[in-house]
Amino acid sequence: MTTATKETTQSTITTSVKEKIEKVDRRDAKLALAHIYVAFIALFLGGIAGLLQVLVRSGSFDLPSFINYYQVLTVHGVLLGLVLTTFFIMGFQAAGVSRSCGTFTDKQRAIGWAGFWVSTVGLVAAAAMILTNEASVLYTFYAPLQAHWIYYLGLALVIVGSWLSSLAQVMRFNQWRKEHKGQTTPLLGFMVVVNNFLWFVATLGVAVEVLVQLIPWSLGLVERVDVLLSRTLFWYFGHALVYFWLLPAYMIWYVVIPKVIGGKIFSDALAKLSFMLFLILSVPVGLHHQFTEPGIDPLWKFIQTILTMFVVVPSLMTAFSLFATFELRGRELGGKGIFGWFKKLPWNDSRFLLPFIAMVAFIPGGATGIVNASYQLNELVHNTIWVTGHFHLTVATGVALTYIGAAFWLIPHLNGRKLTKRANSMANCVGILWAIGMAIMSGAMHVAGLLGAPRRSAYSTYGGSEQATEWISYQVAQAIGGSILFIAILIITALIIYVSFFAPKGEEEFPIGEVAAGSAPTPAILENFKVWGVIMIAVIIFAYTIPIFDIINNSPLGSVGYKLW
Amino acid sequence: MEIHKYEKWWLVFGGGTLLVFLIVLGVSAFHGGTHPNNSKWTINYEKVDEIAPFDNPGVHKVEGKDWDYEVVLVAQAFAYTPMEIEIPVGSKVRFIATTKDVIHGLGIAGTNINLMLEPGYVSEKITTVDEVGEYTIVCNEYCGTGHALMYSTLKVVDPNDNSN
Repeated sequence: MTTATKETTQSTITTSVKEKIEKVDRRDAKLALAHIYVAFIALFLGGIAGLLQVLVRSGSFDLPSFINYYQVLTVHGVLLGLVLTTFFIMGFQAAGVSRSCGTFTDKQRAIGWAGFWVSTVGLVAAAAMILTNEASVLYTFYAPLQAHWIYYLGLALVIVGSWLSSLAQVMRFNQWRKEHKGQTTPLLGFMVVVNNFLWFVATLGVAVEVLVQLIPWSLGLVERVDVLLSRTLFWYFGHALVYFWLLPAYMIWYVVIPKVIGGKIFSDALAKLSFMLFLILSVPVGLHHQFTEPGIDPLWKFIQTILTMFVVVPSLMTAFSLFATFELRGRELGGKGIFGWFKKLPWNDSRFLLPFIAMVAFIPGGATGIVNASYQLNELVHNTIWVTGHFHLTVATGVALTYIGAAFWLIPHLNGRKLTKRANSMANCVGILWAIGMAIMSGAMHVAGLLGAPRRSAYSTYGGSEQATEWISYQVAQAIGGSILFIAILIITALIIYVSFFAPKGEEEFPIGEVAAGSAPTPAILENFKVWGVIMIAVIIFAYTIPIFDIINNSPLGSVGYKLW
Repeated sequence: MEIHKYEKWWLVFGGGTLLVFLIVLGVSAFHGGTHPNNSKWTINYEKVDEIAPFDNPGVHKVEGKDWDYEVVLVAQAFAYTPMEIEIPVGSKVRFIATTKDVIHGLGIAGTNINLMLEPGYVSEKITTVDEVGEYTIVCNEYCGTGHALMYSTLKVVDPNDNSN
């Protein structure tokens, strides 16, 4: 009798300890969910904007007279490029830190909520300006097109809010480190901190642009703005931005997927090394967006080309680690021969299939990215719709489909529901539709871009030019692909609503992989943020000081603002 | 930290490929002169019409220079001046362009001539037009409502061909 009671108590304790470790605290879950809901509202609305764009460009559809094409394009870029990404990332990372390092303190959680509300207020302010046609300047807001100052302020608040959210996560990680001196840090928590560090340093560029240049200028406090400087500050931020999007997808690939397929993380040290390489190389590469611009020295453009190629290396490492994990697991399950292991992977599991499709898309996406960043090769594709095709493979598939696949298990984990078998099958359909729609749309964009078709342009026959006629057939293909993607977005929205409010109550796992038994311990240097931070700043100072000094020194008369929409 | 043998091979192969690629780009740019637009020529963008060569946009035959023609283009919302450019095939041409207001793009479809035009800066590119045809010049940087209506045409013609 006594023994039996003892055993029960024992098992209760084990369960409760297990729950504590493996389940995100309910209060943290609410914080994460708030972010994720905003992200998916953005996906739905941004998806509608995307559909309108491809339809307009096909030439068979006109927007009602009260909306202009570039307003729709601004909505699409802001909602999907800034809101979906930033909000999903902050939600996922909050959950990830809570899951891997432990629940937030009340103070940390309060900072997280402050971040959420500051970002949300900023988002609403920016949205109001876009909807009233005061800010049809796209999400890159290049001066001297001048939006209403509230638009710039709103976007700045979205970023300031994300700093607060990041701060809460970093504080929780530091607390873990203090409580576990000398131990290897949890991989997911570590990765979150790297991404937040990267985000903070990168957003300083755009913060200076917006706060020092654009807001005073749009308020009329100063008359003129240095256009080239503002663009250079924007792109100092703008390319690191894409790594900020990418790293959470890598977190899911490195940490979650090994557990989903029943395997192990190939190596904790290699994963951390690749993240630290991203940290030091993500920012000093922004000039590769400015190759065809005047006023910047060719030597510095080329130096940043070289740095851009370096940043390919951690992605090569990631590809190796992931496929090694897949192969090891496939062989463990009895896969024979060179490719036999491939068939053994859990293709019916949406938690695997969606990020897998995302990874596959990232291969051609990375390759076309290398083309874009290749100095003089960029002349062939710069500002053509090839570039749009490129980032719909990288961010809109490699990144977004990974996030979407994660949301389907993360939301039920956070609100105590289950991803049912049926919902899982629907999720798999989403993955397949996304792959088909994106292959058509992005493929047509790549080809049309090589033929010279510009990006960010409404439907036009360019005076009946023969070349433009050729582009239009590809624009019809883009509309077909885009429509398939929109159907996928409708299913995603339905599924998100289902797993949020209607799925049966239960427990859905937040899968976190364990490191393979044979892998070597992680050297302490890889976790030393001071060392890597100093290297990061040094490389940035090296890559940007002289170009920015030159730009300021040789700057022509600044520009007054224009509202040409 | 230990790196798996295959991973070493993979990184050496990948890194090596990137290195070769960079060398090709670097040699082609700094030895072959295939730089993208790197002009550092600045201008008062509010007085473009009064400043040479923009006071006289169009195609100009030049003597005693490394190129045969200078094409001077002025961009403004939402048009290029001139609307049409005609150059004999095989000529070496220097394109010179700037903007009178916001940022515009100057992309000549089907070629690698692709310049950002930013207020206060002149953009340049020297190239040889070696294929007969009609090329659409499009504004490829968003500049406002009429952005997609902003174009010009480059005609590369064969002076010995009288079929037209």
